[in-house]
Amino acid sequence: MLKISCPFCGPRSEVEFAHGGPLKDQRPEDASQIDDAAWVEYLTVPKNPLGPVRERWWHVRGCGSWFTIARDTRSHDIIDEEPQS
Amino acid sequence: MQPYSIFSLARNALSGHQNWTKAWRSPPLKSRYDVIIIGAGGHGLATAYYLAKNHGLRNIAVLERGWLGGGNIARNTVTIRSNYMRDESIPFYVKSVDLFEGLTKELNYNLMYSKRGMIDVVQTYPKLREIKRRMFHMDLHGSNYERIGVEELRRRIPPLTGGGPESRLPIIAGMVHPQAAVCRHDAVAWGYARAADDHGVEIHQNTEVVKLLRGGESGNITGVETNRGTIYADKVAVVVSGHTTSITDTIGLKLPIKSFNLTAFVSEPIKPIIDVVVNCPDIGVYLSQSDKGELVIGGAPDAGQSFRRDIKQQVFEDAVCSMLELFPAFKRLKLMRQWGGTLDISHDASPIVSLTDIPGLYVSAGWWGGFKAVPAGGYTLAHLIAKNEPHPLIAPFSLQRFKTLDFILEAGTTTAT
Repeated sequence: MLKISCPFCGPRSEVEFAHGGPLKDQRPEDASQIDDAAWVEYLTVPKNPLGPVRERWWHVRGCGSWFTIARDTRSHDIIDEEPQS
Repeated sequence: MQPYSIFSLARNALSGHQNWTKAWRSPPLKSRYDVIIIGAGGHGLATAYYLAKNHGLRNIAVLERGWLGGGNIARNTVTIRSNYMRDESIPFYVKSVDLFEGLTKELNYNLMYSKRGMIDVVQTYPKLREIKRRMFHMDLHGSNYERIGVEELRRRIPPLTGGGPESRLPIIAGMVHPQAAVCRHDAVAWGYARAADDHGVEIHQNTEVVKLLRGGESGNITGVETNRGTIYADKVAVVVSGHTTSITDTIGLKLPIKSFNLTAFVSEPIKPIIDVVVNCPDIGVYLSQSDKGELVIGGAPDAGQSFRRDIKQQVFEDAVCSMLELFPAFKRLKLMRQWGGTLDISHDASPIVSLTDIPGLYVSAGWWGGFKAVPAGGYTLAHLIAKNEPHPLIAPFSLQRFKTLDFILEAGTTTAT
């Protein structure tokens, strides 16, 4: 079980959180200016590294904050102790 | 290949079992093959077998990082079924269930295949509606669901004593999927390996692919770099389940896949008590009893991507608590083993069997719940590799569907949805 640091509540058990998926790249500013392939890639291709991944978590059974942490997919170690909102 | 039969068993018993031939060879690694298949798991070995048998290719190497059949073919919960929702999915899984049924004979390898049927224990009306909808879809393609009442359900599953009228989620019906079966999962890998080897396929264990190689003006695939040197081939198939993106990343191919951990565990062996596969979709747990008497229990995948192949305490507790709501007598069981396996789940949760943008590179991925798909997955991927055209059963599952946002949204994939 992970111990996840919520920026508002501090370290809490994983059971209080819902996983929100890996962090996406910046959304293209103007979708009409990029081609279909790039748009589809933005929509469907997630980061899936064998190693650190930056991902969103939701403190759904707590304060309701959304925030980002970096976690290693091989060990589940949480890498940055300072979560970002 | 030395065929297995009552006579070979008797003959070898008389000579003290000293003269059995090896089930497959360990030949020296060559530097060039016609086809390289990465991954000696169920899908990889089945692909090699059908390439050799149905398409006459012989110069095939199956490369395996660890040992043969040590990945998800050893880590699943052995259920074979075809209760899917979509017109694209159902015929494929019906084919796979059919192939499984004749596989023991075809491979001359005892898979301990047991067509025992699966029963969904339904506890909410939305789930009942969803399964009945699936029932009508499946009926079009020769796969069945049949509704039974609560009394009949409890008669068929004697330890199902929970879920009464006073409980949190009272049982309202059972849905029986008679085509469902279980079989010995390792034997599927071993049987396909032995039969493929007999057709001349080379299986190389402890051969880790570290990089895919491409070259020339067309950017064709040219081979793979391994820990045992470079091996060349004009056709390379990536059939590595959870680690698909780790391999395709080495050549810059981006796939709509995330890898998750799915766990399962088994109890101590007990006397025969459940003779069907029991699926409880409303509470997210499923179980069956193995021939050894162990209850094989599975739950939902972990939250968050993972390559760790272990079990998380809260996921384990969720599955056990859910099971005990319906099977209170099982609280006295000791659990013996637990494990995890890396699933790759595609953007629409349906599998990918496809050509790629790189000529000569084929991908078979996104198989969460891939055990039941092993024979048809191998059968259709072999067709794709040999002819460069998809088999009709797998044509909808190409990567092209993501480019046109033509997703196959599947409800029958897992107990978790």
